[in-house]
Amino acid sequence: MLLVPCPWCGPRPEIEFVAAGEAGIARPAPDADPAALAEALYFRSNTKGLLAERWRHVHGCGRFFVAVRDTVSDRFAGSWPPGVPHPSPAELAAGEAER
Amino acid sequence: MRFSFLSLLRQAFAGHRGWPEQWRSPEPKRVYDVVIVGGGGHGLAAAWYLASEFGIRDVAVLERGWIGSGNSGRNTTIVRSNYLLEESEALYDHSLKLWEGLSQALNYNVMFSPRGVMMLAHGHHDRVVLTRHLHANRLAGIDSEWLEPEAARAFCPGLNISSTIRYPIVGATLQRRGGVARHDAVVWGFARAASALGVDIVENCPVTGFLRNPDGSIAGVETGRGTIRAKRIGVSVAGHTSQVMDLAGLRMPLESYPLQALVSEPLKPVISCVVLSNTIHAYISQSDKGDLVIGAGTDQYVSYGQNGGPQITAHTLDAICELFPALRRVRMMRNWGGIVDNTVDRSPILGTTPIPGLYVNCGWGTGGFKATPGAGHLLAATIARGEPHPIAAPFSLDRFARGRLIDEAAAAAVAH
Repeated sequence: MLLVPCPWCGPRPEIEFVAAGEAGIARPAPDADPAALAEALYFRSNTKGLLAERWRHVHGCGRFFVAVRDTVSDRFAGSWPPGVPHPSPAELAAGEAER
Repeated sequence: MRFSFLSLLRQAFAGHRGWPEQWRSPEPKRVYDVVIVGGGGHGLAAAWYLASEFGIRDVAVLERGWIGSGNSGRNTTIVRSNYLLEESEALYDHSLKLWEGLSQALNYNVMFSPRGVMMLAHGHHDRVVLTRHLHANRLAGIDSEWLEPEAARAFCPGLNISSTIRYPIVGATLQRRGGVARHDAVVWGFARAASALGVDIVENCPVTGFLRNPDGSIAGVETGRGTIRAKRIGVSVAGHTSQVMDLAGLRMPLESYPLQALVSEPLKPVISCVVLSNTIHAYISQSDKGDLVIGAGTDQYVSYGQNGGPQITAHTLDAICELFPALRRVRMMRNWGGIVDNTVDRSPILGTTPIPGLYVNCGWGTGGFKATPGAGHLLAATIARGEPHPIAAPFSLDRFARGRLIDEAAAAAVAH
Protein backbone atom coordinates (compact mmCIF):
# COMPACT_ATOMS: atom_id res chain seq x y z
CA MET A 1 0.00 0.00 0.00
CA LEU A 2 1.26 3.48 -0.85
CA LEU A 3 1.97 6.17 1.69
CA VAL A 4 0.49 9.21 -0.06
CA PRO A 5 1.90 12.62 0.93
CA CYS A 6 -1.05 14.95 1.47
CA PRO A 7 0.31 18.56 1.45
CA TRP A 8 -1.94 19.40 4.43
CA CYS A 9 -2.10 16.17 6.47
CA GLY A 10 1.29 14.59 5.73
CA PRO A 11 1.88 10.99 4.65
CA ARG A 12 -1.26 8.86 5.00
CA PRO A 13 -2.18 5.34 3.79
CA GLU A 14 -3.48 5.02 0.26
CA ILE A 15 -6.94 3.80 1.33
CA GLU A 16 -7.74 7.32 2.61
CA PHE A 17 -7.41 8.68 -0.94
CA VAL A 18 -9.06 8.56 -4.32
CA ALA A 19 -6.76 8.81 -7.34
CA ALA A 20 -8.22 11.37 -9.71
CA GLY A 21 -6.08 10.73 -12.77
CA GLU A 22 -3.43 12.60 -14.71
CA ALA A 23 -2.91 16.24 -13.69
CA GLY A 24 -2.59 19.28 -15.90
CA ILE A 25 -5.17 18.37 -18.56
CA ALA A 26 -6.62 21.58 -19.96
CA ARG A 27 -10.33 21.51 -20.73
CA PRO A 28 -10.95 22.53 -24.36
CA ALA A 29 -13.43 25.23 -25.34
CA PRO A 30 -17.02 23.99 -25.87
CA ASP A 31 -16.72 24.59 -29.62
CA ALA A 32 -13.41 22.74 -29.96
CA ASP A 33 -13.27 20.08 -32.68
CA PRO A 34 -13.98 16.42 -31.79
CA ALA A 35 -10.32 15.43 -31.97
CA ALA A 36 -9.40 18.02 -29.30
CA LEU A 37 -12.32 16.90 -27.12
CA ALA A 38 -11.32 13.23 -27.47
CA GLU A 39 -7.75 14.15 -26.61
CA ALA A 40 -8.79 15.88 -23.38
CA LEU A 41 -11.39 13.28 -22.40
CA TYR A 42 -9.75 9.98 -23.28
CA PHE A 43 -6.11 10.22 -24.38
CA ARG A 44 -3.54 10.02 -21.60
CA SER A 45 0.25 10.08 -21.48
CA ASN A 46 0.26 6.85 -19.39
CA THR A 47 3.88 7.61 -18.56
CA LYS A 48 6.31 4.93 -17.47
CA GLY A 49 8.38 7.06 -15.11
CA LEU A 50 7.54 10.29 -13.28
CA LEU A 51 3.88 11.29 -13.72
CA ALA A 52 1.96 14.24 -12.26
CA GLU A 53 -1.42 13.12 -10.90
CA ARG A 54 -4.34 14.58 -8.97
CA TRP A 55 -5.34 12.90 -5.73
CA ARG A 56 -8.16 13.64 -3.31
CA HIS A 57 -7.87 12.99 0.42
CA VAL A 58 -11.52 11.87 0.73
CA HIS A 59 -11.19 10.23 4.16
CA GLY A 60 -9.13 13.11 5.55
CA CYS A 61 -9.14 16.79 4.73
CA GLY A 62 -11.23 16.17 1.59
CA ARG A 63 -9.01 18.38 -0.55
CA PHE A 64 -7.54 17.81 -4.01
CA PHE A 65 -3.79 18.10 -4.60
CA VAL A 66 -1.14 17.30 -7.20
CA ALA A 67 1.51 14.66 -6.60
CA VAL A 68 4.34 13.42 -8.79
CA ARG A 69 4.98 9.68 -8.58
CA ASP A 70 7.33 7.28 -10.32
CA THR A 71 4.98 4.74 -11.97
CA VAL A 72 7.64 2.01 -11.92
CA SER A 73 8.82 2.19 -8.29
CA ASP A 74 5.57 3.88 -7.05
CA ARG A 75 7.77 6.34 -5.06
CA PHE A 76 6.40 9.87 -4.64
CA ALA A 77 8.71 12.72 -5.69
CA GLY A 78 6.59 15.43 -4.04
CA SER A 79 3.10 16.89 -3.66
CA TRP A 80 1.66 20.39 -3.97
CA PRO A 81 -1.67 22.14 -3.33
CA PRO A 82 -3.70 22.67 -6.51
CA GLY A 83 -2.82 25.76 -8.52
CA VAL A 84 0.61 26.10 -6.90
CA PRO A 85 3.41 26.02 -9.49
CA HIS A 86 5.46 22.84 -9.13
CA PRO A 87 8.48 21.42 -10.95
CA SER A 88 7.57 19.36 -14.00
CA PRO A 89 8.18 15.59 -13.96
CA ALA A 90 11.07 16.19 -16.38
CA GLU A 91 12.72 18.70 -13.99
CA LEU A 92 12.19 16.34 -11.05
CA ALA A 93 13.70 13.48 -13.07
CA ALA A 94 16.75 15.64 -13.83
CA GLY A 95 17.04 16.49 -10.11
CA GLU A 96 16.85 12.81 -9.14
CA ALA A 97 19.55 11.97 -11.68
CA GLU A 98 21.85 14.61 -10.14
CA ARG A 99 21.39 13.15 -6.67
CA MET B 1 8.68 -32.80 -33.41
CA ARG B 2 6.59 -35.88 -32.80
CA PHE B 3 4.72 -36.84 -29.67
CA SER B 4 3.85 -40.51 -29.48
CA PHE B 5 3.52 -43.20 -26.87
CA LEU B 6 6.83 -44.62 -28.06
CA SER B 7 8.68 -41.28 -27.77
CA LEU B 8 7.17 -40.73 -24.32
CA LEU B 9 8.33 -44.17 -23.22
CA ARG B 10 11.81 -43.61 -24.61
CA GLN B 11 12.09 -40.21 -22.90
CA ALA B 12 10.82 -41.61 -19.62
CA PHE B 13 13.69 -44.09 -19.55
CA ALA B 14 16.18 -41.39 -20.64
CA GLY B 15 15.18 -39.00 -17.83
CA HIS B 16 13.27 -36.63 -20.16
CA ARG B 17 16.54 -34.97 -21.19
CA GLY B 18 16.28 -35.64 -24.92
CA TRP B 19 13.16 -33.69 -25.93
CA PRO B 20 13.96 -31.39 -28.86
CA GLU B 21 12.85 -27.73 -28.87
CA GLN B 22 9.24 -27.15 -29.88
CA TRP B 23 9.87 -24.04 -31.96
CA ARG B 24 12.90 -22.62 -33.75
CA SER B 25 14.93 -19.68 -32.33
CA PRO B 26 16.32 -18.15 -35.54
CA GLU B 27 18.41 -15.02 -36.00
CA PRO B 28 16.07 -12.33 -37.32
CA LYS B 29 16.21 -11.71 -41.09
CA ARG B 30 16.62 -8.13 -42.35
CA VAL B 31 13.24 -8.04 -44.15
CA TYR B 32 9.85 -9.61 -43.46
CA ASP B 33 6.47 -9.31 -45.08
CA VAL B 34 4.79 -8.76 -41.69
CA VAL B 35 6.27 -8.07 -38.25
CA ILE B 36 4.24 -8.65 -35.08
CA VAL B 37 5.54 -6.76 -32.03
CA GLY B 38 4.77 -8.69 -28.85
CA GLY B 39 5.18 -12.43 -28.28
CA GLY B 40 2.26 -13.04 -25.98
CA GLY B 41 -0.71 -15.21 -26.78
CA HIS B 42 -2.36 -12.51 -28.92
CA GLY B 43 0.75 -11.79 -31.02
CA LEU B 44 1.63 -15.46 -31.57
CA ALA B 45 -1.99 -16.22 -32.47
CA ALA B 46 -1.94 -13.40 -35.04
CA ALA B 47 1.24 -14.84 -36.57
CA TRP B 48 -0.24 -18.33 -36.73
CA TYR B 49 -3.47 -17.16 -38.36
CA LEU B 50 -1.48 -15.07 -40.86
CA ALA B 51 0.49 -18.17 -41.83
CA SER B 52 -2.26 -20.78 -41.66
CA GLU B 53 -5.36 -18.95 -42.87
CA PHE B 54 -4.11 -15.97 -44.88
CA GLY B 55 -1.08 -17.58 -46.55
CA ILE B 56 1.41 -14.98 -45.25
CA ARG B 57 4.31 -17.02 -43.91
CA ASP B 58 7.12 -14.46 -44.08
CA VAL B 59 6.33 -13.25 -40.57
CA ALA B 60 8.42 -12.42 -37.51
CA VAL B 61 7.18 -12.14 -33.92
CA LEU B 62 9.45 -9.83 -31.90
CA GLU B 63 9.36 -10.28 -28.14
CA ARG B 64 11.22 -8.10 -25.63
CA GLY B 65 11.68 -10.91 -23.08
CA TRP B 66 10.66 -14.51 -23.63
CA ILE B 67 7.34 -15.51 -25.18
CA GLY B 68 4.42 -15.61 -22.77
CA SER B 69 6.38 -13.71 -20.10
CA GLY B 70 3.83 -10.91 -19.69
CA ASN B 71 0.12 -11.08 -19.11
CA SER B 72 -0.18 -14.42 -20.96
CA GLY B 73 1.37 -15.99 -17.89
CA ARG B 74 -0.33 -13.80 -15.29
CA ASN B 75 -4.05 -14.16 -15.94
CA THR B 76 -6.71 -16.34 -14.32
CA THR B 77 -7.33 -18.29 -17.58
CA ILE B 78 -11.08 -17.67 -17.68
CA VAL B 79 -12.85 -17.98 -21.05
CA ARG B 80 -16.44 -16.74 -21.54
CA SER B 81 -18.46 -14.70 -24.03
CA ASN B 82 -21.53 -13.55 -22.04
CA TYR B 83 -20.92 -9.82 -22.62
CA LEU B 84 -23.72 -7.26 -22.82
CA LEU B 85 -23.40 -5.25 -26.03
CA GLU B 86 -23.87 -6.63 -29.56
CA GLU B 87 -20.39 -5.62 -30.71
CA SER B 88 -18.77 -7.32 -27.71
CA GLU B 89 -20.94 -10.42 -28.01
CA ALA B 90 -19.83 -10.88 -31.62
CA LEU B 91 -16.19 -10.30 -30.66
CA TYR B 92 -15.97 -12.58 -27.65
CA ASP B 93 -18.16 -15.34 -29.11
CA HIS B 94 -15.96 -15.34 -32.22
CA SER B 95 -13.09 -16.06 -29.86
CA LEU B 96 -14.99 -18.69 -27.85
CA LYS B 97 -15.84 -20.59 -31.05
CA LEU B 98 -12.14 -20.62 -31.94
CA TRP B 99 -11.29 -21.90 -28.44
CA GLU B 100 -13.63 -24.85 -28.98
CA GLY B 101 -11.57 -26.22 -31.87
CA LEU B 102 -8.17 -24.85 -30.89
CA SER B 103 -6.47 -28.00 -29.57
CA GLN B 104 -7.35 -29.82 -32.81
CA ALA B 105 -6.35 -26.91 -35.02
CA LEU B 106 -2.95 -26.51 -33.34
CA ASN B 107 -2.45 -30.24 -32.74
CA TYR B 108 -1.48 -29.19 -29.20
CA ASN B 109 -3.54 -29.72 -26.07
CA VAL B 110 -4.39 -26.24 -24.74
CA MET B 111 -6.54 -27.96 -22.10
CA PHE B 112 -9.62 -25.87 -22.90
CA SER B 113 -12.14 -27.04 -20.34
CA PRO B 114 -15.68 -25.66 -20.80
CA ARG B 115 -16.70 -26.41 -17.24
CA GLY B 116 -19.20 -23.55 -16.96
CA VAL B 117 -18.84 -19.94 -15.82
CA MET B 118 -21.25 -18.88 -13.08
CA MET B 119 -21.75 -15.17 -12.33
CA LEU B 120 -23.34 -14.47 -8.96
CA ALA B 121 -26.11 -11.99 -8.22
CA HIS B 122 -26.21 -10.40 -4.75
CA GLY B 123 -29.47 -8.53 -4.23
CA HIS B 124 -32.22 -7.12 -6.42
CA HIS B 125 -30.05 -4.77 -8.48
CA ASP B 126 -27.72 -7.59 -9.51
CA ARG B 127 -30.68 -9.81 -10.40
CA VAL B 128 -32.02 -7.13 -12.73
CA VAL B 129 -28.62 -6.44 -14.32
CA LEU B 130 -27.68 -10.09 -14.82
CA THR B 131 -31.07 -11.09 -16.23
CA ARG B 132 -30.70 -8.20 -18.68
CA HIS B 133 -27.32 -9.63 -19.71
CA LEU B 134 -28.84 -13.10 -19.94
CA HIS B 135 -31.62 -12.02 -22.31
CA ALA B 136 -29.21 -9.95 -24.41
CA ASN B 137 -26.99 -13.02 -24.71
CA ARG B 138 -29.86 -15.31 -25.71
CA LEU B 139 -30.95 -12.84 -28.40
CA ALA B 140 -27.40 -12.98 -29.75
CA GLY B 141 -27.37 -16.79 -29.73
CA ILE B 142 -24.98 -17.04 -26.77
CA ASP B 143 -25.93 -19.68 -24.23
CA SER B 144 -26.87 -18.34 -20.82
CA GLU B 145 -29.27 -19.57 -18.18
CA TRP B 146 -30.57 -18.41 -14.81
CA LEU B 147 -29.95 -20.46 -11.67
CA GLU B 148 -31.83 -19.92 -8.42
CA PRO B 149 -29.56 -20.16 -5.34
CA GLU B 150 -30.27 -23.87 -4.72
CA ALA B 151 -29.46 -24.68 -8.36
CA ALA B 152 -26.28 -22.60 -8.13
CA ARG B 153 -25.15 -24.58 -5.10
CA ALA B 154 -26.03 -27.84 -6.85
CA PHE B 155 -23.82 -26.75 -9.78
CA CYS B 156 -21.01 -25.63 -7.48
CA PRO B 157 -21.14 -27.52 -4.17
CA GLY B 158 -19.71 -25.59 -1.25
CA LEU B 159 -21.19 -22.26 -2.31
CA ASN B 160 -22.65 -20.44 0.68
CA ILE B 161 -26.26 -19.53 -0.20
CA SER B 162 -27.21 -18.60 3.36
CA SER B 163 -29.45 -15.55 3.57
CA THR B 164 -27.55 -14.26 6.61
CA ILE B 165 -24.20 -13.46 4.95
CA ARG B 166 -23.26 -9.86 4.22
CA TYR B 167 -24.16 -10.08 0.50
CA PRO B 168 -26.59 -13.02 0.14
CA ILE B 169 -26.67 -14.83 -3.21
CA VAL B 170 -30.07 -14.39 -4.88
CA GLY B 171 -29.21 -16.29 -8.05
CA ALA B 172 -26.64 -16.66 -10.79
CA THR B 173 -26.23 -16.78 -14.54
CA LEU B 174 -24.45 -19.74 -16.05
CA GLN B 175 -22.66 -19.96 -19.39
CA ARG B 176 -21.96 -23.67 -19.84
CA ARG B 177 -19.69 -23.13 -22.87
CA GLY B 178 -17.36 -20.97 -20.77
CA GLY B 179 -14.50 -22.35 -18.73
CA VAL B 180 -10.73 -22.25 -18.45
CA ALA B 181 -7.68 -23.15 -20.55
CA ARG B 182 -4.02 -23.76 -19.76
CA HIS B 183 -2.41 -20.37 -20.34
CA ASP B 184 1.17 -21.54 -21.03
CA ALA B 185 -0.01 -24.29 -23.37
CA VAL B 186 -1.88 -21.67 -25.41
CA VAL B 187 1.34 -19.67 -25.89
CA TRP B 188 3.43 -22.77 -26.63
CA GLY B 189 0.80 -24.25 -28.95
CA PHE B 190 0.57 -21.11 -31.08
CA ALA B 191 4.39 -20.73 -31.08
CA ARG B 192 5.00 -24.31 -32.14
CA ALA B 193 2.34 -24.29 -34.85
CA ALA B 194 3.43 -20.88 -36.20
CA SER B 195 7.10 -21.84 -36.20
CA ALA B 196 6.31 -25.01 -38.14
CA LEU B 197 4.71 -22.86 -40.86
CA GLY B 198 7.81 -20.67 -41.16
CA VAL B 199 7.12 -17.85 -38.68
CA ASP B 200 10.31 -16.61 -36.99
CA ILE B 201 9.90 -16.15 -33.24
CA VAL B 202 12.61 -13.74 -32.06
CA GLU B 203 13.00 -13.41 -28.30
CA ASN B 204 15.12 -10.88 -26.35
CA CYS B 205 14.39 -8.41 -29.11
CA PRO B 206 12.93 -5.12 -27.78
CA VAL B 207 11.59 -2.66 -30.33
CA THR B 208 13.32 0.72 -29.90
CA GLY B 209 11.88 2.70 -32.81
CA PHE B 210 9.87 2.68 -36.04
CA LEU B 211 11.14 3.39 -39.55
CA ARG B 212 8.93 5.50 -41.79
CA ASN B 213 8.84 6.04 -45.56
CA PRO B 214 8.87 9.62 -46.93
CA ASP B 215 5.09 9.35 -47.42
CA GLY B 216 4.68 8.58 -43.70
CA SER B 217 3.87 4.89 -44.08
CA ILE B 218 5.62 2.29 -41.98
CA ALA B 219 8.92 0.87 -43.26
CA GLY B 220 10.22 -1.25 -40.40
CA VAL B 221 11.41 -1.33 -36.82
CA GLU B 222 14.62 -0.62 -34.97
CA THR B 223 15.25 -3.37 -32.44
CA GLY B 224 17.82 -4.46 -29.91
CA ARG B 225 18.92 -7.00 -32.54
CA GLY B 226 19.22 -4.62 -35.49
CA THR B 227 16.97 -2.99 -38.07
CA ILE B 228 14.15 -5.12 -39.48
CA ARG B 229 12.22 -3.84 -42.48
CA ALA B 230 8.53 -4.64 -43.04
CA LYS B 231 5.68 -2.83 -44.78
CA ARG B 232 3.08 -4.14 -42.35
CA ILE B 233 3.51 -4.15 -38.58
CA GLY B 234 1.06 -5.26 -35.91
CA VAL B 235 1.57 -4.07 -32.33
CA SER B 236 0.14 -6.34 -29.62
CA VAL B 237 1.93 -5.48 -26.39
CA ALA B 238 -0.86 -4.98 -23.78
CA GLY B 239 0.31 -2.88 -20.81
CA HIS B 240 3.18 -1.21 -22.70
CA THR B 241 1.16 -0.17 -25.76
CA SER B 242 1.46 3.53 -24.83
CA GLN B 243 5.27 3.26 -24.77
CA VAL B 244 5.57 1.36 -28.06
CA MET B 245 3.09 3.58 -29.91
CA ASP B 246 4.88 6.64 -28.51
CA LEU B 247 7.92 5.48 -30.54
CA ALA B 248 5.72 6.01 -33.61
CA GLY B 249 4.53 9.39 -32.31
CA LEU B 250 1.00 8.22 -31.48
CA ARG B 251 -0.79 8.95 -28.20
CA MET B 252 -3.22 6.27 -27.03
CA PRO B 253 -6.47 6.44 -25.02
CA LEU B 254 -5.07 3.98 -22.49
CA GLU B 255 -4.07 3.81 -18.85
CA SER B 256 -2.05 0.89 -17.47
CA TYR B 257 -2.87 -0.53 -14.04
CA PRO B 258 -1.60 -3.56 -12.12
CA LEU B 259 -4.23 -6.33 -11.98
CA GLN B 260 -3.60 -8.93 -9.30
CA ALA B 261 -4.13 -12.66 -9.06
CA LEU B 262 -3.10 -15.32 -6.58
CA VAL B 263 -2.99 -19.10 -6.20
CA SER B 264 -3.42 -21.35 -3.19
CA GLU B 265 -1.67 -24.53 -2.20
CA PRO B 266 -2.87 -27.52 -4.29
CA LEU B 267 -6.07 -29.15 -3.03
CA LYS B 268 -8.21 -32.12 -3.99
CA PRO B 269 -10.96 -31.08 -6.45
CA VAL B 270 -13.31 -28.70 -4.62
CA ILE B 271 -14.42 -26.07 -7.16
CA SER B 272 -15.93 -27.72 -10.22
CA CYS B 273 -16.61 -24.61 -12.31
CA VAL B 274 -15.61 -20.94 -12.59
CA VAL B 275 -17.35 -18.63 -10.11
CA LEU B 276 -17.35 -14.87 -10.62
CA SER B 277 -18.84 -12.11 -8.55
CA ASN B 278 -18.42 -8.61 -9.89
CA THR B 279 -20.32 -7.09 -6.97
CA ILE B 280 -18.17 -8.34 -4.10
CA HIS B 281 -15.25 -8.81 -6.44
CA ALA B 282 -14.10 -12.40 -6.53
CA TYR B 283 -13.04 -14.76 -9.30
CA ILE B 284 -12.22 -18.35 -8.48
CA SER B 285 -11.57 -21.59 -10.31
CA GLN B 286 -9.38 -24.61 -9.68
CA SER B 287 -6.53 -25.61 -11.95
CA ASP B 288 -5.98 -29.22 -12.97
CA LYS B 289 -2.93 -29.17 -10.67
CA GLY B 290 -5.30 -28.43 -7.76
CA ASP B 291 -4.42 -24.82 -6.93
CA LEU B 292 -7.27 -22.41 -6.48
CA VAL B 293 -6.75 -19.61 -9.02
CA ILE B 294 -8.16 -16.35 -7.67
CA GLY B 295 -8.53 -13.07 -9.52
CA ALA B 296 -8.46 -9.77 -7.63
CA GLY B 297 -8.83 -6.16 -8.76
CA THR B 298 -6.72 -3.37 -10.21
CA ASP B 299 -5.06 -0.51 -8.40
CA GLN B 300 -6.72 2.86 -8.97
CA TYR B 301 -3.70 4.60 -10.52
CA VAL B 302 -1.23 4.11 -13.39
CA SER B 303 1.60 1.81 -12.39
CA TYR B 304 4.08 -0.48 -14.11
CA GLY B 305 5.25 -2.19 -10.91
CA GLN B 306 4.03 -5.77 -11.30
CA ASN B 307 2.76 -6.13 -7.74
CA GLY B 308 -0.23 -4.01 -6.65
CA GLY B 309 -1.55 -3.08 -3.23
CA PRO B 310 -2.13 -5.75 -0.55
CA GLN B 311 -5.51 -4.25 0.35
CA ILE B 312 -6.79 -5.29 -3.11
CA THR B 313 -6.07 -8.98 -2.55
CA ALA B 314 -7.30 -8.85 1.06
CA HIS B 315 -10.63 -7.49 -0.20
CA THR B 316 -10.98 -10.36 -2.67
CA LEU B 317 -10.04 -13.00 -0.09
CA ASP B 318 -12.71 -11.59 2.25
CA ALA B 319 -15.25 -12.24 -0.50
CA ILE B 320 -13.91 -15.75 -1.27
CA CYS B 321 -14.08 -16.71 2.42
CA GLU B 322 -17.69 -15.60 2.61
CA LEU B 323 -18.71 -17.39 -0.60
CA PHE B 324 -16.82 -20.60 0.29
CA PRO B 325 -16.49 -20.88 4.09
CA ALA B 326 -14.77 -24.25 3.67
CA LEU B 327 -11.76 -22.47 2.11
CA ARG B 328 -11.07 -20.20 5.11
CA ARG B 329 -7.99 -22.13 6.25
CA VAL B 330 -6.48 -22.63 2.81
CA ARG B 331 -3.05 -21.06 2.47
CA MET B 332 -2.14 -18.83 -0.46
CA MET B 333 1.14 -19.66 -2.20
CA ARG B 334 1.86 -16.70 -4.48
CA ASN B 335 0.36 -13.46 -5.68
CA TRP B 336 1.44 -11.22 -8.52
CA GLY B 337 0.35 -8.36 -10.74
CA GLY B 338 0.11 -8.00 -14.48
CA ILE B 339 0.04 -4.62 -16.21
CA VAL B 340 -3.26 -4.24 -18.07
CA ASP B 341 -4.04 -1.44 -20.53
CA ASN B 342 -7.52 -0.03 -19.98
CA THR B 343 -9.64 2.07 -22.28
CA VAL B 344 -12.27 4.38 -20.84
CA ASP B 345 -15.13 2.22 -22.23
CA ARG B 346 -13.47 -1.05 -21.15
CA SER B 347 -13.53 -2.33 -24.73
CA PRO B 348 -10.43 -3.16 -26.77
CA ILE B 349 -8.89 -1.28 -29.69
CA LEU B 350 -8.26 -3.47 -32.73
CA GLY B 351 -7.54 -2.23 -36.22
CA THR B 352 -5.76 0.37 -38.28
CA THR B 353 -3.93 3.49 -37.03
CA PRO B 354 -3.34 6.90 -38.63
CA ILE B 355 0.00 5.51 -39.88
CA PRO B 356 -0.43 3.38 -43.04
CA GLY B 357 0.90 -0.14 -42.47
CA LEU B 358 0.78 0.09 -38.66
CA TYR B 359 -1.93 -1.96 -36.94
CA VAL B 360 -2.74 -2.20 -33.25
CA ASN B 361 -4.37 -4.68 -30.91
CA CYS B 362 -4.63 -3.34 -27.35
CA GLY B 363 -6.92 -2.09 -24.61
CA TRP B 364 -8.12 -5.55 -23.55
CA GLY B 365 -7.78 -4.38 -19.96
CA THR B 366 -8.68 -7.01 -17.41
CA GLY B 367 -10.14 -9.53 -19.90
CA GLY B 368 -7.63 -10.30 -22.63
CA PHE B 369 -6.93 -14.00 -22.12
CA LYS B 370 -10.36 -15.17 -23.27
CA ALA B 371 -9.84 -13.24 -26.49
CA THR B 372 -6.47 -14.81 -27.37
CA PRO B 373 -7.50 -16.76 -30.50
CA GLY B 374 -10.16 -14.24 -31.52
CA ALA B 375 -7.93 -11.17 -31.20
CA GLY B 376 -5.13 -12.97 -33.04
CA HIS B 377 -7.47 -14.00 -35.84
CA LEU B 378 -8.98 -10.53 -36.25
CA LEU B 379 -5.58 -8.80 -36.13
CA ALA B 380 -4.29 -11.24 -38.77
CA ALA B 381 -7.37 -10.66 -40.96
CA THR B 382 -7.02 -6.89 -40.61
CA ILE B 383 -3.32 -6.97 -41.52
CA ALA B 384 -3.88 -9.38 -44.44
CA ARG B 385 -6.71 -7.32 -45.95
CA GLY B 386 -5.45 -3.87 -45.00
CA GLU B 387 -8.85 -2.96 -43.60
CA PRO B 388 -10.65 -3.87 -40.37
CA HIS B 389 -12.38 -7.25 -40.17
CA PRO B 390 -16.18 -6.62 -39.82
CA ILE B 391 -16.20 -7.98 -36.24
CA ALA B 392 -13.27 -5.71 -35.30
CA ALA B 393 -14.55 -2.63 -37.16
CA PRO B 394 -16.53 -1.13 -34.21
CA PHE B 395 -13.40 -1.39 -32.03
CA SER B 396 -11.44 1.13 -34.08
CA LEU B 397 -9.02 3.67 -32.63
CA ASP B 398 -11.03 6.54 -34.13
CA ARG B 399 -14.18 5.65 -32.15
CA PHE B 400 -13.02 7.99 -29.37
CA ALA B 401 -13.05 11.07 -31.58
CA ARG B 402 -16.34 9.95 -33.20
CA GLY B 403 -17.98 9.38 -29.82
CA ARG B 404 -18.94 5.80 -30.75
CA LEU B 405 -17.76 4.27 -27.47
CA ILE B 406 -18.67 0.67 -26.63
CA ASP B 407 -19.41 1.06 -22.94
CA GLU B 408 -19.14 -2.55 -21.88
CA ALA B 409 -20.69 -3.17 -18.46
CA ALA B 410 -19.96 -6.90 -18.47
CA ALA B 411 -16.19 -6.60 -18.73
CA ALA B 412 -14.10 -8.22 -16.03
CA ALA B 413 -13.11 -6.38 -12.84
CA VAL B 414 -15.29 -3.39 -13.71
CA ALA B 415 -17.67 -1.79 -11.26
CA HIS B 416 -19.96 0.29 -13.47
